Amino acid sequence: MRSFFPILTVVSSIFVIWYLAAIALNSTWAYDKAKRADVTLTFSQMVADTLAQKKPLLPAPHQVAKEIYKTTVLKKITSKRSLIWHGWITLSATLLGFAMGTGLGIVLAVGIVHSRAMDMSVMPWVITSQTIPILAVAPMIIVVLNAVGVSGLLPKAVISMYLSFFPVVVGMVKGLRSPDAMQMDQMRTWNTSRLGVFWSLRLPSSMPYLFTSLKIGVAASLVGAIVGEMPTGAVAGLGARLLAGSYYGQTIQIWSALICAAALAASLVAIIGVVQKVTLKRMGMAL
Amino acid sequence: MNNTIISAKNLSLTFETNDGPVHALQDINLDIHKGEFVSFIGPSGCGKTTFLRVMADLEKPTGGEISVNGVSPEEARKSRAYGYVFQAAGLYPWRTIGGNIKLPLEIMGYSKAEQIERVSNVLKLVELDGFEKKFPWQLSGGMQQRASIARALAFDADILLMDEPFGALDEIVRDHLNEQLLDLWAKTHKTIAFVTHSIPEAVYLSTKIVVMSPRPGRIADVIESTLPSERPLSIRDSAEFIEIANRVRDGLREGHNA
Repeated sequence: MRSFFPILTVVSSIFVIWYLAAIALNSTWAYDKAKRADVTLTFSQMVADTLAQKKPLLPAPHQVAKEIYKTTVLKKITSKRSLIWHGWITLSATLLGFAMGTGLGIVLAVGIVHSRAMDMSVMPWVITSQTIPILAVAPMIIVVLNAVGVSGLLPKAVISMYLSFFPVVVGMVKGLRSPDAMQMDQMRTWNTSRLGVFWSLRLPSSMPYLFTSLKIGVAASLVGAIVGEMPTGAVAGLGARLLAGSYYGQTIQIWSALICAAALAASLVAIIGVVQKVTLKRMGMAL
Repeated sequence: MNNTIISAKNLSLTFETNDGPVHALQDINLDIHKGEFVSFIGPSGCGKTTFLRVMADLEKPTGGEISVNGVSPEEARKSRAYGYVFQAAGLYPWRTIGGNIKLPLEIMGYSKAEQIERVSNVLKLVELDGFEKKFPWQLSGGMQQRASIARALAFDADILLMDEPFGALDEIVRDHLNEQLLDLWAKTHKTIAFVTHSIPEAVYLSTKIVVMSPRPGRIADVIESTLPSERPLSIRDSAEFIEIANRVRDGLREGHNA
């Protein structure tokens, strides 16, 4: 509850700035229309017009809210105009890609920590992979996978994985190396095998690092899934809604898809946050 | 000769650093016999911890010879001949006290039934029975260190190597743990090598006190204690105790001036 007022303050200032920006940006079009119709607008008429345009440069918050309400609550989930339907398509690719990316990330990290050769050879490539713009890689992945007969969910999940494995590798390498010299010496005095050290010490010690990485990874997964929906011809998913909206100048549709994507990302991060809190508390590692 | 547990001959260890070689240990000759309680005392940098780590095969000597239980330290470590107690308790926060003590037993492949039995035995030995299900953060520092001693005792090694185990505890707790340690030593007949920087602690606990001096790390004096095996805390006020303590202090001072 302590954070309630600070958050409220930030949110209300965002709304104020948003409304002011909407009025400023949309006013040109409002005056244009008035000029062609040969009428002069009063200030309040101008403001009323800027907040109710069909294809505004920047839609006002209530327009976006109305659109979201219309496309979630008022539409059947199975409808192609339902944002929930589109959201689910993106979410399923996100979750599959996130699972694959987390798996790949952990496997690579375990290899890097246990093998000097992998440490020297794999890590530079992991970093290089993230310097290539995903927008350049995504269409190639879609096209190549499509050529070998893989389409639908998997290509998008692969793009998701491409973005989400990176924070997991980096975090887990650090986490698996977090036991201090004394803890490692202690394991040595018991003549513990590498497998034993991994299960009893390295893996549990890495948990705080893993959860932090997962939070970044899941948000990156969502971005990957949305990017993956863009070159597919914009059929389904939040990415498709964004693309279709921009083809037809449906700014309200773009913004509602954007807000939904943001809300989805926030919920995913929050869910991981809860799991993190519960797990670390039970492990006696609560922050 | 048969009862020599640890034997060092002309043992040396030199660390190569960017500022040139550091002689952590030089020409160490020492025999530790079965059932002895040997303390190593000296200022920091005298190599007492390094010596203990060489016995435990955590450091490799660069010269001379050392045997533990008649074999090399590496073989002794692999046959789990010793338990090592570090300065910090180093208990895992995600395991209960019982779970922490069980850890080496799990690693060494003891059966479930034996694990349970051994845990309850050593917990009694360090007077922590009833705390098995507690987590480390629920225990005081002294109790945590007792749990870590229990963990080192759990797999029944004949040798106990202790590196300033009570160094981070306050004096009242330390006195109590010293008493308990002597009691435990009498019950288990372990051979104990104990690193400390406290003169009263060394004199109170030991049958043999090894005084070390720095640069290069070497043995300045070896004092066989004449104190009786029965030692109440009040023995620290006896003339005999003070005499031994003075000899330790002299040894430390000489080493420092040399």
